Amino acid sequence: MTDHGQAGVDPFRMDLVEEFRHRPIGAHSGDLQRLLNLMRGEPLKGKYVLVCAKPGTWMLAQLSGVRGGPVSMMEHEVFHSREQAEWAVFKLRWRRLTGRQPDF
Amino acid sequence: MTTPRIIGYADQIGAAPGDRLRFMVSCEGIDRYRADIVRIVAGVGQTKDPADQYRTVETTVDGLYPGRFQPIHSGSFAVVENCDVFASSNRGFSVQALIWPTLSSRACQALLSQWCDEERAGFALVLDGQGALALMLGRADGSVEVVSTGVPVVERVWHFVGASFETASGEVNLYQEPLAGSAHITPASVAKSATGLLPARPAAVPLLIAAACRNNSRPLVGLWHFNGKIEAPRIAGRALTRSEMEALRAPNVPSSLAPELIAAWDFSEDIETDRIRDRSPNRLDGRLVNLPARAMTGHNWTGTEMNWSHARDQYGAIHFHEDDLYDAAWEPDFTLTLPRELRSGVYAARLQAGDEAEHIPFFVTRPRGEPSTDLVFLAPTASYMAYANERAGIDAASTEVLTGHLTALSPRDLWLNAHREAGYSLYDRHADSSGVCYSSRLRPIMNLRCDHIQSWSQFPWQFSADMHIIGWLEAAGHRYDVTTDEELHRHGLAALAPYRVVITGTHPEYYSTAMWDAVRAYLGEGGRLIYLGGNGFYWRIAYHRQLPGVIELRRAEDGIRDWTAEPGEYYHSFNGEYGGLWRRLGRPPQLLVGVGMAGQGFDVCSYFRRQAGADDPRAAFIFKGIEDEIIGDFGLIGGGAAGIELDRYDLGLGTPSHALVLARSEAHTQMYFPGPEEVDNVMSNLDAAQNPLVRADMIFFETGSGGAVFSTGSIAWSGSLSHNNFDNNVARITANLLQRFRDPAPFPSPCG
Repeated sequence: MTDHGQAGVDPFRMDLVEEFRHRPIGAHSGDLQRLLNLMRGEPLKGKYVLVCAKPGTWMLAQLSGVRGGPVSMMEHEVFHSREQAEWAVFKLRWRRLTGRQPDF
Repeated sequence: MTTPRIIGYADQIGAAPGDRLRFMVSCEGIDRYRADIVRIVAGVGQTKDPADQYRTVETTVDGLYPGRFQPIHSGSFAVVENCDVFASSNRGFSVQALIWPTLSSRACQALLSQWCDEERAGFALVLDGQGALALMLGRADGSVEVVSTGVPVVERVWHFVGASFETASGEVNLYQEPLAGSAHITPASVAKSATGLLPARPAAVPLLIAAACRNNSRPLVGLWHFNGKIEAPRIAGRALTRSEMEALRAPNVPSSLAPELIAAWDFSEDIETDRIRDRSPNRLDGRLVNLPARAMTGHNWTGTEMNWSHARDQYGAIHFHEDDLYDAAWEPDFTLTLPRELRSGVYAARLQAGDEAEHIPFFVTRPRGEPSTDLVFLAPTASYMAYANERAGIDAASTEVLTGHLTALSPRDLWLNAHREAGYSLYDRHADSSGVCYSSRLRPIMNLRCDHIQSWSQFPWQFSADMHIIGWLEAAGHRYDVTTDEELHRHGLAALAPYRVVITGTHPEYYSTAMWDAVRAYLGEGGRLIYLGGNGFYWRIAYHRQLPGVIELRRAEDGIRDWTAEPGEYYHSFNGEYGGLWRRLGRPPQLLVGVGMAGQGFDVCSYFRRQAGADDPRAAFIFKGIEDEIIGDFGLIGGGAAGIELDRYDLGLGTPSHALVLARSEAHTQMYFPGPEEVDNVMSNLDAAQNPLVRADMIFFETGSGGAVFSTGSIAWSGSLSHNNFDNNVARITANLLQRFRDPAPFPSPCG
């Protein structure tokens, strides 16, 4: 048995981490795509989204999971590119799925 | 975070010089706003300064206006005037119906009521906070008696519900019985109570079905909206027994009960309208508010007939929703009479207060038969309506897996999240999870905006994407008129006939039969069509025959669907036509424009590679001055001209055999997939990285009548037009086409 986290995510697959960091949006290997499908398929309650109030600035936020419920904005998590935001959310989800603090 | 505080809409999407347009505006926390008119001359990202997307046009509406709040009251119901349950109140009354509840968790949902909530007077047959049938009786002293079965109904199961009140004894009887045919084991529930009170008759309140009146002011405002289907509601002027209620369920009222009968509505009549018919001698016909769904299967639908017009008696149900909306019905703030000299184009009413600005777009068409030039942009306004106020980025959990990137919400998306009353798109589901099959433009449409970026795709979409085409026409100095889908639907070929060339939008997905026929007729008469989009001519829709500004869609047996119509509900209520994909109706898009929906993806876009057809002498004019092998490996939308939704060539689906494939897209990612109609069996090589059928084909063909068609097969094409200050191979190809298509010399038939 390898030391897998939840849903069979292998916390030692640094190659997938590097692949994602290099290109968060676009063509991916099969293994990275499967990992991203797990990450991105999280339920609406607590799902990470961005809020773009002005061009070039993205704030991290979470959905409530309740129709019409408030979108919780994290005012200290602000990014200046979508790629930056993708990387930050990837790390949050990595922690959730592997149970380990990302050391990358 | 501030969400928009000025919102509005216009009563028309298109109008010609001399016509009047009314603008309805609502403000929150804004005392005064400035209004003027602008012409839209560029799309988002095509200008360095966003303000350069607009050119101010002086008109009579220029000025300051007082800001005021105008509410939207969503939720559908039926209103019956002059139906007084209390007319013979010395004998009591009975009310009954068949119901198919879909959201029993709400605090209170009225099925039938003659109730004034401000007075707390009258009666209301409701589902209470437990989802149990209850009768509410309001007394003159303001006290309310509630008798409930105490047993919740089962969602999506037909029930008979009935209540009687006998004045002499003050006795209430309730009946809540699931109909046979369900696997749920739910006993019939009865409740009996002697209240001893006579309900007070509310003043000047009509009878409502599927809601109750807040007060007796007009226009009526409903509350306690019911979610679900109602069929065969009946009212009688005395307390009926259960067996008498059973007899009254029949379509034809037994003569023995006729004297007692107040009303017996039959929703299978006049399905195409917003009227409901009473089959009793009293003729207490009513009208529907906010377009609940009609042509819905009733309790007796057998599955042997799918077409409601062949078996109306099995389609006696109406599906009401708490979030249906047809017409926000705001008071107009200002009226614009379009000046005679105003050139045809895309315009907007600009509303400004402080740092805030909102633009309400409209199309200035030409008076019929008076073109100002030989080129017309056909604005796909039906498709704009289909997407109106779409909330997939907030309400659907699957969008991030679909797109391959995070959703990013704009302040307008946050407004839509908080303001559910603004109604939904044909992509959304109602609160009860049923699909939204009607969409109107008589309400604020937050994504019908020039700077709109769709939350989940992060691309300009529909109207805002189409402004890239307008921006290119403007930048290149091409003279053009505009027209709309509504004009095409209403006037058919006459809307296009004055023009030698028609340019479509980026995603003209929704077509009524009249629109489809008109484009076909236009090509038959030698018209030239430049289809600058993808996934076009895909779904059949219906416009309402009487009500303006509303379309219907049934997401039937196939196609990319965010919801699926229920069995037996594939036929439009507006006109009786079978709904769904044009491909399933024997008219694949390839039959009209040579290419049709192949697949979609929302991560990044790709490019086209030139094909042998580009070297055919017939296509020489298209590639004049272009030696490039690769076309469109740049652009504002996903970095390429080939992407988002892709159409392909297919002789088997109707592409003319003489059509030339000029270029073909490639290198799409594993996030691009074919539509379900392309997939007969599922296998592991569906995605575009492994599936050569997921691609865009750029094609050209002559029509045999002197005309021709060019299709890009890609939504993203127009986003590449402005690259390098409009100097690039995408803009060059488009300009080459336009030059030759405007030339009156007929295209010779390649077949001799």
